[in-house]
Amino acid sequence: MENTVRERVFPASLDLLVDIRAFILEEDGAEERLPPKRVAHLDVAIEEIVVNICSYAYETPPGELTIRVEEKPEFFAVDFLDNGVAFDPLAMDEPDVSLPLEKRDAGGLGILLVRRMMDEVHYSRKGTLNSLRIVVDTPRMP
Amino acid sequence: MFEMHFTVETWGRSVLLSGRLDARSAPDFEKAALAAVDEQPEKHLHMLLDFSGLEYISSAGLRSILVLAKRLSPSGGKVVLCGMSGVVEEVFGVSGFDSFLPVTKSREEALRLLGE
Repeated sequence: MENTVRERVFPASLDLLVDIRAFILEEDGAEERLPPKRVAHLDVAIEEIVVNICSYAYETPPGELTIRVEEKPEFFAVDFLDNGVAFDPLAMDEPDVSLPLEKRDAGGLGILLVRRMMDEVHYSRKGTLNSLRIVVDTPRMP
Repeated sequence: MFEMHFTVETWGRSVLLSGRLDARSAPDFEKAALAAVDEQPEKHLHMLLDFSGLEYISSAGLRSILVLAKRLSPSGGKVVLCGMSGVVEEVFGVSGFDSFLPVTKSREEALRLLGE
């Protein structure tokens, strides 16, 4: 497969989640080149990240969310870029998933799912931009 | 796409969920489930969530189930889950929700857990 990069800017609104998901997974037939299990992992990661950005990144929503998809034979990567307040979701403590019902709350579960289901997750602050990059390895078929 | 069907049982409600329980549909599910609890405030109520048609769940879906379980718990009501597979099962494993909520393969096992 050729190396490809595609990029699109969306309003950072939860109403656009369906379109953002379609741009990442369906445009150019991306999901047909990935194992179904990894598509499902990306599906979860995309929702969790977009919900986070739409909920917290802007004081007066909606701002802009730039999605950049990079496909190479070795990996499938997505960058989520927003110019909201600086926020590194990877710096948060992970929730204790062994607690009983009475002591559980739902905080931090989204980013935990992202970390466990993606092969790599990176955060960086680039000038006024938050950049969150997720990567799924796609080893070549023998 | 998300659908839910509530059936009234002697012990509470069984709910058949199908499609995607995500940030868009989870608030609707939570509202409907809590309304069912409020219909019978005088006695404890169990809820059997049949996930055999559920294709997808995110943390928003987990949150709605947590809210429901916490609402039922003080009166001795249980939330029991059956029939999950694929990414739904993975999400339950990663989040540890399968450690504090009873999860069974079949609906029959779930009913046995509820003593029916």
